[in-house]
Amino acid sequence: MTTNLILALTIGGLFAAGVYLMLSRNLIRVLLGFLLAGHGINLLLLSTSRDGVPPIVGEPTNGEPVADPIPQALILTSIVISLAVSTFLLAMAYRNYKVTAQPELADDDETTELAESDLGGGDE
Amino acid sequence: MIWLLPLAIIIPLAGTGFTLVASRRPRIQRVISIGTLSIQLVIEMVLLLRVTADGPMVMHVGGWTAPFGITLVADPLAAFMLVVSTTVSLAVLVYAISQGMADGSETPETPVSIFHPTFLILVTGVSNAFVAGDLFNLFVSFEILLTASYVLLTIGGTKERLRAGAPYIVVSLLSSLIFLAAIAMIYAATGTVNLADLSVKLGELPTGIVAALQALLLVAFGVKAAVFPMSAWLPDSYPSAPAPVTAVFAGLLTKVGIYAIIRVQTLLFPPGSYGTLLMIAALLTMIVGILGAVSSSGIKRLLSFTLVSHIGYMLFGIALASQAGMAAAIFYVAHHILVQTALFLGVGLIERVAGTTVLARLGGLAAAAPVLAILFFIPAMNLAGVPPLSGFLGKVGLFEAGIADGRVLALILVIGGTLTSLLTLYAMIRVWGRAFWRPVPEVRALDGDAGALETESGRSLPARREAQRQVQRELSRREAGEKAARLPIGMVGATTAIVAVGLLLTVAAGPIYQLADTAAASILDRSIYVDAVLGSGVPPPPGSDAAGPAAEQGGP
Repeated sequence: MTTNLILALTIGGLFAAGVYLMLSRNLIRVLLGFLLAGHGINLLLLSTSRDGVPPIVGEPTNGEPVADPIPQALILTSIVISLAVSTFLLAMAYRNYKVTAQPELADDDETTELAESDLGGGDE
Repeated sequence: MIWLLPLAIIIPLAGTGFTLVASRRPRIQRVISIGTLSIQLVIEMVLLLRVTADGPMVMHVGGWTAPFGITLVADPLAAFMLVVSTTVSLAVLVYAISQGMADGSETPETPVSIFHPTFLILVTGVSNAFVAGDLFNLFVSFEILLTASYVLLTIGGTKERLRAGAPYIVVSLLSSLIFLAAIAMIYAATGTVNLADLSVKLGELPTGIVAALQALLLVAFGVKAAVFPMSAWLPDSYPSAPAPVTAVFAGLLTKVGIYAIIRVQTLLFPPGSYGTLLMIAALLTMIVGILGAVSSSGIKRLLSFTLVSHIGYMLFGIALASQAGMAAAIFYVAHHILVQTALFLGVGLIERVAGTTVLARLGGLAAAAPVLAILFFIPAMNLAGVPPLSGFLGKVGLFEAGIADGRVLALILVIGGTLTSLLTLYAMIRVWGRAFWRPVPEVRALDGDAGALETESGRSLPARREAQRQVQRELSRREAGEKAARLPIGMVGATTAIVAVGLLLTVAAGPIYQLADTAAASILDRSIYVDAVLGSGVPPPPGSDAAGPAAEQGGP
């Protein structure tokens, strides 16, 4: 297996963009970030396998190398999991829009209170 | 008896399906989910007895043998964790059902149609994580339990729960991605994801690569276990969930992360590697966590901080990498699961009796609800490590292992652990003194800034003020004990059961500590696990002795 520079840069770029988007308060951006980073990881999994003829049934006749099926199985599982999580995030984003009427998450009341109140006032 | 092993996962999964089918029949749903968990518990107890007597039990799913197929492995550690986790899940389920029934309708705290299936999925994920024999199956079980936990944490979909759930979800997603990246790189380096196979093959790699892979895995599991630099999400997200959900999360989810750390540290990587880093992380987890607890104004947040803090003790035992340290860590995990769950269930009862969990508003509960006072007092003292309770025994075990280790850092950790224990005692006494021992606080002006700091997340500011006023009116109107007398029997019963099991850990500390010691011995001798999975005839794993990475080649 040789290292493919373009593949490596693509994986890094996808992961960086994904993490950046996941830092947002907008849940749709979080979802997009998760998908981008997830695709980056899937490519990483793919890059671990050697290429060759499809590993279906029997031996290849002309002695060609056979592709490693395990990373593909792992990617498939990971895509299915991403689907479930994306569904949940979409439902959550929609619900958040319904209750707050805005795409961003609501403020944390307790943080706001702590920021506004003067320090030193405990619960004594 | 090998068929018992997959049943520990299949039964809750099947229960999930049946509860979904019966989603319009709450009563049938309750019977199914309680029955499911009871059967699972019995099976896991049999499993534990068999495994401690005969050694690890291995199942190759679908007949595909070890390095290629999916492997389920129950060794003493896994079986022990299964029994403890299902005991806690069952008690929390009874508590949640009782709470829902007492409220007349099961909404919005526990919407009838999804609570039971989601809870059972969570149990499935936790059980699967304990018996997973390969890294990818471990990843899948993490995803199963995390997805269930997202739903449970945001159950009801109120604005506050969405707000509190979001950081948890985003942090968990990111840690899952890191975990998956780690799996991809480990596969690239070794060509396998099977734990037993990895145990052999990782030893043949250059040490630098192994260290990088280990760091990736430790970060992924550290986020899940809420180890210090990655722990800030926990006290932010846990307090706003319903009491039973918080209780089961506090008991189980972080401990699955700890279990994964124990597993990879003992099975995959050179013994004691990253020991110094883990010890520093353990020390900071303890100290920073408990300082957060001391400064909290609400009981739920305070307990979330003690949860983070005490993860440090378990990490300390793991970092020592000796049999004594590992045994103490395993005992401490069991102790902490039971105690932390009992405390969160107790807080749920306090919230029902007093209408709030904010310390400044509580008082006089010892007179109003003496049973509740005892139910809270025992686990609170147990958490702080007051002799002769199990928390004390676990800490003594850890400190003995730390002193036997002899490194300066280990001695500093012993001192840090003692300090944390004392600060935990202070935090617990503060809760008990405020909520139970002192007289009911006088009604104060609630408008303006007077109540600003004395709130806990869960409801919006105006709604909370309104609720507080209402609570004050209620309190002034009637006797405080009236509510306590009407606590649902199931809620009190489930809390009592967990407290009793926690006490059992004290009374039967000898045999249970012995069990933890057996589990520690069996995970520290890798050849037991590797031989059980791959069959004999495999060369012994390098690294466990002085063999080094230049061990002889020639796998199966």
